[in-house]
Amino acid sequence: MKHLLIVVCALTLAACGPIKPWVKPYERQNLADPIMSFERDAVATQYINHVYETREASRGAEGSGGGGCGCN
Amino acid sequence: MVATKKTKIVIGLLSIFAMGSGQVSSGVLPEDRIDVLYHSYDGGGVTIDGPSVLVRKDIANKVSVYGNYYVDMVSSASIDVEATASAYTEERTQLSAGADYLYDKTMINLSFTNSSEDDYEANTVSFGISQDFFGDLTTLGMGFSLGDDTVKRNGDDAFEESTEHRRYNLSLTQILTKNIIANLVIETVIDEGFLNNPYRSVRYLDENSGSLGYSYEAELYPHTRNSDALALRTMYYLPYRAALRFEARYFSDSWGISANNVELRYTHPFESGLILEAKVRRYQQDGADFYSDLFAFKEATNFRARDKELSTYSNTSIGLGLTYELKSEYLSWFNKSTVNLYWDHMQFDYDDFRDVTAGGDVGTEELYSFDADVIRFYFSFWY
Repeated sequence: MKHLLIVVCALTLAACGPIKPWVKPYERQNLADPIMSFERDAVATQYINHVYETREASRGAEGSGGGGCGCN
Repeated sequence: MVATKKTKIVIGLLSIFAMGSGQVSSGVLPEDRIDVLYHSYDGGGVTIDGPSVLVRKDIANKVSVYGNYYVDMVSSASIDVEATASAYTEERTQLSAGADYLYDKTMINLSFTNSSEDDYEANTVSFGISQDFFGDLTTLGMGFSLGDDTVKRNGDDAFEESTEHRRYNLSLTQILTKNIIANLVIETVIDEGFLNNPYRSVRYLDENSGSLGYSYEAELYPHTRNSDALALRTMYYLPYRAALRFEARYFSDSWGISANNVELRYTHPFESGLILEAKVRRYQQDGADFYSDLFAFKEATNFRARDKELSTYSNTSIGLGLTYELKSEYLSWFNKSTVNLYWDHMQFDYDDFRDVTAGGDVGTEELYSFDADVIRFYFSFWY
């Protein structure tokens, strides 16, 4: 019970303290790898999103889109 | 040629300013690069192909400007055309220009796009701002775009309508661990004006139509449409050098349409400079309240549609992509050059859109389905 109280107190104190960035700049080499880009090539993403938009009724929150049609 | 789709697509231009920008931090300008792409869509009696050229250039490490030239060359003999019209060809040209301005950890974007074809003209202006904070672990962005379209009808010079689109979005990108990054986007779209297709028709039961048993009348859509979409995307760096991308998106609108899609994408680089990408995607949609494949009688409802994109259906896709880094002395004045080939195969299965060209008793014709192949072949040059 005593240990549990210590853990609860520690967590409570930690929660009250400021949250600091937990991934340091020097720890981001994996995230900086080009393969980790949500979309590597905008010109290709724009086109495939255009295809989806013309064939599907949903729109919005695509990440990257384009205009136009050609869909009848 | 198709207002319905165009009107909802032109509003998608807000995110064009995201072209080429990195997602990890808004505090870095996009790279200088040139992309030259050939695109092709072939399915359901429709072929569309053409070029897209995108050029980006940094100015004084403060501003990155870009321009995009894009063409759709359409040849259509789709089921809609076969049922009620004649096959046609047309061309659409789209020009975009924009700039990203970086100030400390803040990125401001402004862009303009014009899309033009013989029966449709669309202009869209977009503005966005994003900011890095929390030790650059978090990026918060917001954007707005305004689109103004003019809808015409070939063969009817007196016909001219207009449509306005407004689009608002909020985006939060968060580094979660050394290997995981997530992005949450919410977007609201508001359309007002002429939203239906001036060419398409609905069919209704008609005893006086002869052997067919049905006739056609013009579609009629509401003049407003509001929608919300929410998307979550994550990237995971695998224990070996490869990446897994997950996407889930939910959509609903004031026409009664709800939809969702999920996608899983795997990216694997090889030592040789080759990058392999594979993906699966599933999209499912419940149709609009005023959609029907066959109305009971003429002018049966206040609003009516038989546009198959407003019906209930699913789209299952698989895709493969290859990127290869070119190492030729002829390309030495570029920092990096790649050649890329992506192929997507899509299967559309409709739950309440029937193939009237297949014959059979009215209302019991076989359900429509088709598949399509999408090709993206392009060269990218960094300089």
